[in-house]
Amino acid sequence: MSNSPSRKLRLKALRAEVRAIETAGRGSVSESLPFGIEALDSRLRGGGLPLAALHEMAGMRPDLSDEAAATSFAGGIAARCGEGAVLWALARRDLFAPGLAQAGLPPGRLIFAECRRDEDVLAVMEEGLRHGGLAAVVGEIGRASMASTRRLQLAAEEGSTAALILKKWRKGGTDPLAAPSAATTRWRIACVASGELPVEGVGRPRWNVELARQRGGGGPFSWILEGTDAEGRLALPAEPCHRPDSADRWSEGRRAA
Amino acid sequence: MGIRSGMALAQARLVVRGLDVRDSDPTGDSAFLQALGLFAARRWTPRAAPSDPAGLWLDLSGVAHLFGGEQAMARRILRFCARLGFTARIAVAGTAGAAHALARYGSRPVVLCPSGGEAEALAPLPVSALRLDQDVLGAARRLGIETIGELTAMPRPPLARRFGKTLLHRLDQALSRAAEPFDPLIPEEPPKASLRLAEPIATAEAIEQVIGDLMTMLVSTLEKEGLGARRLTLLCDRVDGEEQRIGIGTARASRDRVHLIRLLSAQVEKIEPGFGIEAMHLVAGRFEPLGPQPVESELGGSTPDPDLAPLVDRLAGRLGTRRIFRMSALESDVPERSVCRVPPLQEVEGWPSRWPRPPRLLSPPERLDNVFALLPDRPPNRFTWRGRLHRVRRGDGPERIYGEWWKHGGEAEAVRDYFQVEDEEGARFWLYRRGDGSDGRTGDLSWWLHGVFG
Repeated sequence: MSNSPSRKLRLKALRAEVRAIETAGRGSVSESLPFGIEALDSRLRGGGLPLAALHEMAGMRPDLSDEAAATSFAGGIAARCGEGAVLWALARRDLFAPGLAQAGLPPGRLIFAECRRDEDVLAVMEEGLRHGGLAAVVGEIGRASMASTRRLQLAAEEGSTAALILKKWRKGGTDPLAAPSAATTRWRIACVASGELPVEGVGRPRWNVELARQRGGGGPFSWILEGTDAEGRLALPAEPCHRPDSADRWSEGRRAA
Repeated sequence: MGIRSGMALAQARLVVRGLDVRDSDPTGDSAFLQALGLFAARRWTPRAAPSDPAGLWLDLSGVAHLFGGEQAMARRILRFCARLGFTARIAVAGTAGAAHALARYGSRPVVLCPSGGEAEALAPLPVSALRLDQDVLGAARRLGIETIGELTAMPRPPLARRFGKTLLHRLDQALSRAAEPFDPLIPEEPPKASLRLAEPIATAEAIEQVIGDLMTMLVSTLEKEGLGARRLTLLCDRVDGEEQRIGIGTARASRDRVHLIRLLSAQVEKIEPGFGIEAMHLVAGRFEPLGPQPVESELGGSTPDPDLAPLVDRLAGRLGTRRIFRMSALESDVPERSVCRVPPLQEVEGWPSRWPRPPRLLSPPERLDNVFALLPDRPPNRFTWRGRLHRVRRGDGPERIYGEWWKHGGEAEAVRDYFQVEDEEGARFWLYRRGDGSDGRTGDLSWWLHGVFG
């Protein structure tokens, strides 16, 4: 017990060393992009989404509406990453640009690359990330190996550009985020029933946003949030239904009802 | 003297007494015009070509100042023609079409039209000045369109439908809205670099080395002539007489050595060297004028916008030119027709954001079954899609979209009513019903799923 202060110091020094190794190769300390939601940002290391890093997102269930929610989520993040152009590597033909424009990505900022295979998507993403002049690179992908995600992560650090992977559910029905990956954060998005409106009609969409994993600790966390608006921002619902730990059960309860 | 081409001989003899009549000699005329064009190409400008059986085009870009300006040069050419015994008319304009029209229908023997002033100069001229067929001219006359000015004032789509594409094309060429190919008598050699190799080569490294050398030569040629390459072809002569070729294109004229080498090197693996390559040629098949390029610096305070052209070229080299694009708006309310692909460095237009649009669109729309909905304007209460029942909790709509009868005759009465609905689990769909719900001619009241919101 007598040597506890020195042990603390040594631990601190070790942690600093590890951090130095982790951030080696980056030109500067990576900036991060806050969501502007205190509950969410406080859970993220660095107070926001690291900009020069790889992030993965997928629908929580293998249906089209969760995937569409993940698309809007990624579009909103890409829209807020900076003023520059966004490269979107397409694997399917169903992306509808007017819908993305309503998530904050006007057509003037988007360049699309139509890819046939996952390898093409990865190569296009890497090319875009290393260019360094883009705000973000988004890729729709089915399967990516640990090695290729690590390549993307390094390319993102090198070009200090945000890399977003939209993972698709494959036919087998395995969770797309279960595969090992070098991504800094991994997100699952699901649609949940939106709040009551005083009038008829459809209000802002509501999502269950889950931070499935985060490199360097933490997770899973989940929040019920309002979907992206025209500037690509999320928001907390007006009524209190923010229950981080039981959100999953809550949505399942809704489904069973 | 009042004699025109196409006039009856007897009539011409009436007009001028003692007219000297000779047989026409089209072959001889065109041979002489050819000779005159060649003379012009040697004497006045390297780019000269016959325009029609009675005219020559001279490209004056960059040569007029050698003869004391356009006016002085035109006078000089007129004097030359007078010495040969010809009366000539000259027009100088920014486009070949405008010069052609002004030379034949202009008021004076020498017409100088400032660049950009074509529309104004052409407005009083008759429509026949536009190099059009008799059919089109006849149709224009029947409609009472006399001058080019009346033509430019009319909306374009009806013109295209009534007169066909040639009229608009000629108009655009004259007003420098469309490019016109120019085929000079003395053909232009594309910029080119060639190397014969002392020993046949077969390895990728050696080929890349030669590409580097060729590119240095080509880039210095391009620099000297103020050109940039849009398309490069690398030809490799093999020992066995076969030829191997690879090519690249660029989104914008470029003579950046490193960038072009990188684009070509990505294709080197497609070359089959066989027993070896003994000579290589690099040809800039398409090129454009490219002035000196400013060196970008951050001294000015603001950082320059990142240049996306190199990235676009590299991606196009990997995927193909058509697979890199932007999405732009088309003027159509029908959702699947409102998007078009444009080249990646082009300006684009956005869509009005008044109505919700989903990020994922099903193409083609999928039929819904077991739909319960109140007519005429309520969203469905429930529907089955892909074998699953969805109970609708909230709905919004309708947004009515009418068929475009001017594109397809069958859509004259068609109507789609779009609804945004949310089911019990929060999934949001974009549905439409064919028909307005009261008039059977507008649609068969079937329901379709067109998109999925997040």
